[in-house]
Amino acid sequence: MSRVALLKGGRSLERQVSLRSGAQVQDALERLGHDVDAIDVGPDLVDRLEEARADVAFVALHGRGGEDGTVQELLDLVGLPYTGSGPAACIRCMDKVISKHAMRDAGIPTPDFYSFSETAFRELGAARALPAIEARLEFPVVVKPAGQGSALGIKFAATAADVPSALVAAFSYDTRVILERHIAGRDLAVSVIDGPDGPEALPLVEAIPVDEDFYDFEARYEIGRTDFRCPAEVGPSVTASAQELALAVYRLLGCYGFARVDFMLDASSGELQVLEANAIPGLTGTSLLPQAAEAAGISFDALIERVLDLALARTPA
Amino acid sequence: MTLDETPRDSSGGGEARRVGAPRSTTRDLERYAGLFAHRTQGMKSSAMRDLMAVTAQPDVISLAGGLPDTSTFPAEDFAALMARVAVDGAAAALQYGPTEGLEELKECIVQVMSAEEMAVEPDDLLVTTGGQQVIDLVCKTLLDPGDVVIAEAPTYPGAVPVFGSYQADVVQIEMDADGMRIDRMEEALDRLDAEGRVPKFVYTVPSFQNPAGVTMSLERRRRLVELAEERELLVLEDNPYGLLRYEGDPQPTLYSLDGGRYVIYLGTFSKILSPGLRLGWTAAPRPVLEKMGLGKGGVDLCSSSLSQHFVCTYFAERDWRRYLTTLTELYRRRRDTMLDALAEHFPAEATWTRPEGGLFIWATLPDYIDTTDLLARALRENVAFVPGRAAYLDGRGGSSMRLNFSGVGEDDIREGVRRIGKVVGEQVALYGTLTGVEPAQPRARARAEAPVAPPASGTAPAPAREAVAPNVLPLRRRAQ
Repeated sequence: MSRVALLKGGRSLERQVSLRSGAQVQDALERLGHDVDAIDVGPDLVDRLEEARADVAFVALHGRGGEDGTVQELLDLVGLPYTGSGPAACIRCMDKVISKHAMRDAGIPTPDFYSFSETAFRELGAARALPAIEARLEFPVVVKPAGQGSALGIKFAATAADVPSALVAAFSYDTRVILERHIAGRDLAVSVIDGPDGPEALPLVEAIPVDEDFYDFEARYEIGRTDFRCPAEVGPSVTASAQELALAVYRLLGCYGFARVDFMLDASSGELQVLEANAIPGLTGTSLLPQAAEAAGISFDALIERVLDLALARTPA
Repeated sequence: MTLDETPRDSSGGGEARRVGAPRSTTRDLERYAGLFAHRTQGMKSSAMRDLMAVTAQPDVISLAGGLPDTSTFPAEDFAALMARVAVDGAAAALQYGPTEGLEELKECIVQVMSAEEMAVEPDDLLVTTGGQQVIDLVCKTLLDPGDVVIAEAPTYPGAVPVFGSYQADVVQIEMDADGMRIDRMEEALDRLDAEGRVPKFVYTVPSFQNPAGVTMSLERRRRLVELAEERELLVLEDNPYGLLRYEGDPQPTLYSLDGGRYVIYLGTFSKILSPGLRLGWTAAPRPVLEKMGLGKGGVDLCSSSLSQHFVCTYFAERDWRRYLTTLTELYRRRRDTMLDALAEHFPAEATWTRPEGGLFIWATLPDYIDTTDLLARALRENVAFVPGRAAYLDGRGGSSMRLNFSGVGEDDIREGVRRIGKVVGEQVALYGTLTGVEPAQPRARARAEAPVAPPASGTAPAPAREAVAPNVLPLRRRAQ
């Protein structure tokens, strides 16, 4: 039995999801017999951690602050072991510019992209380069903030005229954005968890919107608006390549404990493309990692216990 | 109640957890989902709700609330009145009461309504748990799935989930500075008529509308009441703010113009006394009222006896009009502060309404700015507002925002508007950089007269995808 400081909530735009992940994890930890101190992360975090006198921190935070290496640096500093990846891997996962460059350099397929900072537009006249980029990526183009963990701010520009407002929206979330080639196809995710024999890829989950026309940001959090297929019905060769790619991404970005890698299965070419990796996958009832673990015969409680054990087993950085 | 009318629990959820309760597995969730009624498809949470969760942080200046300033109610009065309730009527105050409400409370309501020139008998009234319950009971009484409701565009964000949960087909009618465009409503009625559909009721907040802040002109009020009679349509008049007028002449309520034949009136103590009491009421045609009463019995048996006794004691021992005067003077100053701050800090591309009362100003930005995304940026500056899309069921409103001036002090209003103006200005400039469009010259403190809604193509609900900015579609989200 351990004393666990459960970090949840915080100030990120994904606060609500984090609270739900946190609640789910807290229940599991308590069922497992651990002594849990749940902390809604705020300016008093260091004090709260001191008071908690915990053996280990379970980081159930999503988005900026919790998933981007900030909290992890702080936990390293105070010397408290914690679940999931360290700061460097978190930074690489959270920042799509870094992760996509790394994947491209390593030969891992990821949709073509260009990234821009707000400064490039303000000070370097980057707007002049947009037509060339648009020609190379072809419409529709996806415009995303570089470092937003959820789908907030992700827009789909059907023509050149739509790009400026899509950029304005994306820059609401981050100082850097990505323009990415749009891949039409199926939405797949592969979760990875570490184990005694190294990282292990779990069965694929496919997310299928129930009502395609109005499928949006909200739908994924709600029971009944998205159908999840796990294992995804994609055939053994796609399953094997997706799992192999997920493990390659996991290693490439230096993840630890668990992560989730999101793919598109290109409808026209049949190829897999990696969109992003998530250092702290959702742990709510409708989240994909718990679904995949369950399909692999790992119950939620067993999943949480394993992730916690891995945190305690990690040799300090 | 709704994403924006209720203060947040900043601790982020209760600490008490059911240890050992069966956990929810994916399969359990699917099983629950399989048991859900079809109408729950209309009960949606939203990305905006997630964003709003961040607005409750103590360092955020929230212009997003719809909250009256309850700190103005004298604590010693509250203590004395509660003590009086305890001494005089503890047993009754702690007991169930009649479903339709206490007779004595109805006498108080008669007084409040007469202050707006409405004559009612206590028997015409049903006491409810907040005004919100009236909206629910009207829907419960009148709507079958797919029935048409006419509402304003934008409409009260808190009514949106109610309409959704009864599977209403809501047709929103655009507004201008004189309130809902009744001519457009007639067109919509004709169009619906041609399809063989008759709306069950028209939902309107005619005075100091939430969220638009505008007030329906007398001419339009008369025409609406006429139309209701001609077409045998019910009108739900939601009037929480009518007594919070800061300038201009009071307008007669629809209920007084109609004499209670086709108008269902919704009143509340929330804005003239306290929303924590959760007390509202309705005055409605007798057969409708009776059905609503039966509906209420099933929902909650009766509204809080304790609250009802408190209000009765308050009306007996204090001058409710004096407290109302305190509130109107306070809110008038806050409204003026917000209008001045908007003129000073918002770019020339922005427009906003100028309310003569109530709690809200509705501001509209250039159509390339999405206020849901803007909120994310504004939160980094520790300021919040309600994105306009919350007030539409059809995806419109993407470039508008609702600003509240009743819930925070004048310094915070000035600073909050300054911060929002700053992020809007940055986005306008960025758009200019991207497109070569020069930002407009700063306004010379001119008052902006704003159209309330983006011009709608008729009144048919526009598909959500066209509503944001042309062809900029919210992308399917990635998995969490």
